[in-house]
Order: sequence, then structure tokens, then C-alpha cells
Amino acid sequence: MDALLTNVDWTEIGWASWDTLVMVGLSLLFSVLLGLPIGVMLFLTSKRQLLEQPVVYAVLSFVVNVLRSVPFIILLIVMIPVTVMLIGTSLGVAGAIPPLVAGGAPFFARLVETSLREVDRGIIEATQAMGANVRQIIFGALLPEALPGLIAGITVTAITLVSYAAMSGVIGGGGLGDLAIRFGYQRFQTDVMIITVALLVIFVQILQMVGDRLVLYFSRR
Amino acid sequence: MIQFEDVHKAYQVAGRAVPALQPTSLTIHAGEVFGIVGHSGAGKSTLVRLINLLERPTGGRIIINGEDVTGFDADDLRAFRRKVGMIFQHFNLLSSKTVEDNIAFPMKLAGVYSRAEIRSRVDELLARVGLTDHAHKYPAQLSGGQKQRVGIARALACRPSILLCDEATSALDPQTTQSVLRLLAEINRELGLTIVLITHEMDVVRRVCDRVAVMDAGKVVEMGAVTDVFLHPQHPTTRDFVFESENIDREERQQDLAHAEGRILRLTFRGESTYKPLLGQVARDSGVDFSILSGRIDHIKETPYGQLTLSLVGGDLARAMQALDAADVHVEVLR
Ligand SMILES: Nc1ncnc2c1ncn2[C@@H]1O[C@H](COP(=O)(O)OP(=O)(O)O)[C@@H](O)[C@H]1O
Ligand SMILES: [Mg+2]
Repeated sequence: MDALLTNVDWTEIGWASWDTLVMVGLSLLFSVLLGLPIGVMLFLTSKRQLLEQPVVYAVLSFVVNVLRSVPFIILLIVMIPVTVMLIGTSLGVAGAIPPLVAGGAPFFARLVETSLREVDRGIIEATQAMGANVRQIIFGALLPEALPGLIAGITVTAITLVSYAAMSGVIGGGGLGDLAIRFGYQRFQTDVMIITVALLVIFVQILQMVGDRLVLYFSRR
Repeated sequence: MIQFEDVHKAYQVAGRAVPALQPTSLTIHAGEVFGIVGHSGAGKSTLVRLINLLERPTGGRIIINGEDVTGFDADDLRAFRRKVGMIFQHFNLLSSKTVEDNIAFPMKLAGVYSRAEIRSRVDELLARVGLTDHAHKYPAQLSGGQKQRVGIARALACRPSILLCDEATSALDPQTTQSVLRLLAEINRELGLTIVLITHEMDVVRRVCDRVAVMDAGKVVEMGAVTDVFLHPQHPTTRDFVFESENIDREERQQDLAHAEGRILRLTFRGESTYKPLLGQVARDSGVDFSILSGRIDHIKETPYGQLTLSLVGGDLARAMQALDAADVHVEVLR
């Protein structure tokens, strides 16, 4: 076995895996924290909803669409000055997080909007008829009812962020992607390449499995 | 008391105003069960949703317990809505909450009840609707009738004075419909709650309502006590609904009448006269022979009634009609 994997430095792999975990974990956290309110606003300001505001909706929707239509590799490069301004460097694990959030938050926001749309209109109406205000409708009815959809959205976002995080290796982002590029690609160490890809696949599989379990657990329909 | 004064409503559809309710004035008295019947699209839901301002009127005044609710600010409106319960055709329960949490939900939203108050009120309501054993289930685990019972308990949680029912039994089978209607009647009786009930079945009106409004194309075309409207419908729409509820095929009915001999009368008995052995006596006294062409004996809410279509041959017809009249039987000459 070891004869086949001559170039593999397991300590290095371990650290790179940890870095990937941190990048995905932190960027997922910030994507959810930013994307959730944006998604809720998208939903509420859209046509025939509680806070219908065509202008607000159009602006929000445009920004989200722009961020989502830019290929992530371009977003990585465009975001460099912003990242430097925000955290002082565009390199390493920390430097990868702002572009990851810039890609992840709008992605998640759309998924939030879609899952809120799945909530039965009648439930919103019934809650309104009980004398709920908008805040109570959001936190008491909309979000709890959409929870399975939101969890599925978080899972998809997390998986997208795994591949984005790997891509950020191109601009020196750290983690498994960085390893794959520096050793696997630039030094032709195919064995390193295979190991990193295998680890990424395993990582994605675990995320999907946990996500599916949680969706099932919270589905009461 | 609910008063509509020239209330009308038009929806904005693609920039154009589409009228859904023509200017309507009506009064629904405190403590009565008021039915609204009409075909789909007649404007029933619009009328009812104006009561708790889920829809804003385009014009007119809506006065509830002496206050013009159209002038309420956001806070007043929310406080007012807590005093108006509502149940729906598709129940609209929160699928993510258990039965007891669904019932507690409006009380939690109100923010003025203690935990203990909510606890005991929920238990009381669960007992009232007969779901004590299902408190910890989720709506998906319940039957339609049970879901509507949760809906009713939830609507009653904040002790409203008005209960709005939008096609509350339309998704239920006939037996479940009966038991839900019985529950509504019981609530009306015991809590003195005003109930406004939308339906497209005259039979539902007959069972529980005191008064009824019949709607057609955004207008109330007939309104009155159920006994009057049901037994002597005036407007064609009302007649359709009554015939439909009695399973009467109009054409067959015409053919039956065409074959009958002599005079054709429709007799309507109400209350105690329904049970009196009247016909035989009248026939003997007047020498008239009769045959029954069709008939029905049933109840309108608690009032028994009978409606018979007879053909009469020979004897002293005038005397027979006089005797029937004297016995408080409503006589209509059909031919
Ligand atoms: N939100 C709405 N926007 C536009 N048109 C509506 C809306 N709600 C109802 N309508 C229209 O108003 C009319 C009356 O509807 P509704 O009150 O729901 O009737 P019903 O409850 O008797 O079936 C229908 O023609 C319906 O299409
Ligand atoms: Mg309707």
C-alpha cells in the first residue's frame, strides 16, 4: 500500500483536511447567517406576500443573481481586494472565507426563498387571523414550517462550499484543494491527487447523509 | 353583532379592479349561527374575510360590537383579531407543531397568558373537542375530522366572541361533517359564540344555522330565517340549493306532476303540527281523496318540519284547504 502512495505525507493530509473543515464550517455559518435574512426578505417582499415591495425585491434579486451568475473562480479573484480590506490577507484559510461567503450566501438565500414558498399560504393566513405580527409570522410559523426545506438547503450549500473551498486552492486558499493543486497538479503526484479527491468525496457523502437524516427527522408531514 | 354598511370589495388583478362583493348591508346578531351559501366564486370567502379584515374593503363600514374596525391601527387590529376565531376548509394547522402546541399557538402569540393559563386552557379545549388522547400527535397523524377539531380548539383558545368558518366541513365525509356540525352547534349553545358559516351545501345550513344569506355573483340575493328561506325559497339560486340538498331532479319532478290527477298542493308543516295526524282527518271531513307524490320529514336545526306534495281528487276541496289552514299548515297550490 505504502509503496503505491510514496508521495503521501499523512500529517500534511490531516492538516489540509482540518483546514477544509474549518473553511467549510465557517463559510457555511456566515452564509447561513447572511443568506437566511436575505432569503426571508426576498420571500416577504415578493409579489402577493406580506411585505410586497417590488423595488426592494427587484434590487435584492438582482444582487443575488449577479453573485450567483459569476463563476466562482472569477468571484475568488474579484474578491481579493475586498478580502484584504476585511481581514488583511487574501491567503490561507482566513483569506478564503470572504469569497466563499460571497458565493454561498446568495446561493443559500435563493434556497431559503424557495423553501418559504413551499409553506402553505393558508398557514400564513391562519396565523395572521390569530393576530400575529410579521415577526411572529416569520419566527412562529414560516421558519418552523419550512425547517425541513431549510435544512436541505443548508446541506446543498455545505456541499457547494466544499467544492468552492477546494477551488480556492487556486489562489492559495489552503486545505485539500490547495494540496491537490500544489502537489497533485504542479508536481505530478497523482497519488496525492487521488487521496485528496477521495477525502472530498467522503466529506460530501457524510454531509449529504447527515443532512438527509435531519430533514427526515424534522419532517412532520 | 356584526354590521355591514354598504361594504364592497374589488380585487386588483393586473391593474384592473375586479368586483367580488357588490355593496352589501347586513346584520349578524350576537349569538346566532349565520350561514352563507352560494356557488364557488360567489363571494362568500370575500365577505367572511372582510369581517376579520384579512381583506380590506374597497368601501363601506364594518362595525363589530359597535366599533368601526376599518379604522383600527395595526395594534388594535391584532387585538381585535384575537377575539375572532377562524377555521378553514383545509384546516391550516402548523404541521411542525403537535396538537397541543397548535392549540396553544394563538395564546402564545397574544403574549398575555402565563404558562399555567395556557396549559390549563389547552387541556380544557382538548377535552371539549375530544382529543385529549391525541395531544402529542402531529397533524399528519390525524384524520380530517380530528384535524378540524384541532382547528376549532385553536380558534377558541383566546375566548373569541365570533367564530368564522370558511367551508369548514367541505373536505370531510358526511359522517364526520355531522359530528363537526354537532360540535359547532354545541359551542354556539354553550358559549353563546356568534358563528358565521360558509358552505355550498344547504344541508349544512339546515342543520345548524338560524339565519342564512344566499349569495350569487357577489350579491346577497336572499336572506332570512332558515325556516323561511329553506321551506319557501324565492330566488332561483336558492331554489337550486334547496332542490339539490333534497336530491330532487327538477325534470323528474315535473314529469311526476304531469302524470298526477286533480289538484296538486304542497303542504308545509312546521313545529308541533308536523306530528299531528292531520291528513286522514281532513280527508274524512272533506271527502277528498289524496295521494302523496313526494314528501320529506326532517329538522331545521331543532324545529321539525314536513313538506308533502299531494294530489287531491273529489270531495270538498275548499273545505279541506280551510281545515289545513286552520291547523297552521302552509298550503301552496302548484296546479
Ligand atoms: N385575492 C384575490 N385576487 C383576485 N381575485 C380574487 C381574490 N380572491 C377572490 N377573488 C375573486 O373574487 C371572486 C369571489 O371569490 P370568493 O370570495 O373566494 O368566492 P367563494 O368563496 O364564494 O368561492 C371570485 O371571482 C374570485 O376569483
Ligand atoms: Mg371560498
